[in-house]
Amino acid sequence: MKICITSQGENLDSQVDPRFGRCQYFIVIDTETLGFEAIQNPNIDSMGGVGVQSGQLIANKSVKAVLTGNVGPNAFQTLQTARLDVITGVSGTIKEVIEKYNRGELKPTQCPSVNSKFGIPGTK
Amino acid sequence: MILSVASGKGGTGKTIVATSLALSISNVQILDCDVEEPNSHIFIKPEIANKENVCIPVPRIDETKCNFCGKCQEVCVYNAIAVLKDKVLVFPELCHGCGSCSYFCPENAIKEVDKEIGVVEFGKSNDIQFVHGKLNIGEAMAPPLIKAVKKHIYSIKTIIIDAPPGTSCPVIESIKKSDFCILVTEPTPFGLNDLILAVEVMRKLNIPFGVVINRSDLGDDKTDQYCQKQNIPVLMRIPFERKIAEGYSRGETIVETLPEYKEKFQEMFRKIKENNNF
Repeated sequence: MKICITSQGENLDSQVDPRFGRCQYFIVIDTETLGFEAIQNPNIDSMGGVGVQSGQLIANKSVKAVLTGNVGPNAFQTLQTARLDVITGVSGTIKEVIEKYNRGELKPTQCPSVNSKFGIPGTK
Repeated sequence: MILSVASGKGGTGKTIVATSLALSISNVQILDCDVEEPNSHIFIKPEIANKENVCIPVPRIDETKCNFCGKCQEVCVYNAIAVLKDKVLVFPELCHGCGSCSYFCPENAIKEVDKEIGVVEFGKSNDIQFVHGKLNIGEAMAPPLIKAVKKHIYSIKTIIIDAPPGTSCPVIESIKKSDFCILVTEPTPFGLNDLILAVEVMRKLNIPFGVVINRSDLGDDKTDQYCQKQNIPVLMRIPFERKIAEGYSRGETIVETLPEYKEKFQEMFRKIKENNNF
């Protein structure tokens, strides 16, 4: 089974990127074999609607769940409609996160964790 | 003649300059295009006689016709549509109402439906004709509403446009096709920084312009130096005065608080007209 983790780098020792829409990389990984693909996020510099764009990108990757720090309302709606589990509040390295996920310690959320525009640099 | 009042930096005194000018000259129509937070009406005190709702077209997908090809999402530069395997999501608050999605849909599965974004209100106060737009709370698309406000320009009058702050789309929409633009600034580092950005916009849009320096006796002389170097006329200086601020907080223009300013505004208007052959 494949899942997607937002990442600041392109390997399994990288830290989780706390943003969803504007994360550096999407790591799409097989939870059993740990075979993975690191997708550089093409949407980082988009003006708006990034949650929708990134959500759609991941929805097309046939993953079961998305693990990230935070997710905004538009991304959440897109991912939920695509019937993906959304797990927020995740941090640490990609490796640690996979282990936690496999042990069943991470539970899906039922709502977005932040407001629109959260991931835009310079806004808090 | 269309005269707009813009600034770059917010809070420099656009509205008080626009409304004071409106009260100093005759045959005026004033349009408050700062639709996200209109406030000219506080000073002009018009009686609102009429209003009109303003809508933009947003897509509605007919899923019985849609084959989820993804064309609409591909042509939407605002990312307002997500096409998933068996579902299309529309995000109306991201939509600019451009119509590309319905135009390009090969299955004819997209219909445009109206979504209200705000209202335009008209009124009068003595001899001044008044129009402003009020964007609905939570709406992000100011330009279509500003366009709707500007549709009511009554060109035999002297039109004064109170523009929003900044240099982005709502400002461009407000000031374009103006014959002249008054840039209100203050002599502070922020004021100057944003004035320079606003000047670049004026030059790009080819709109003649001049500067009003508000609170001109505070801050430093860098704004003056900049205007001199760039050959930008300083149309008026308004020194800091507690009385003006007190009047403002009661909803009074400068010319009501300090009537001697009326002549200064008339003089500025005359100079603008003469120097630009209006």
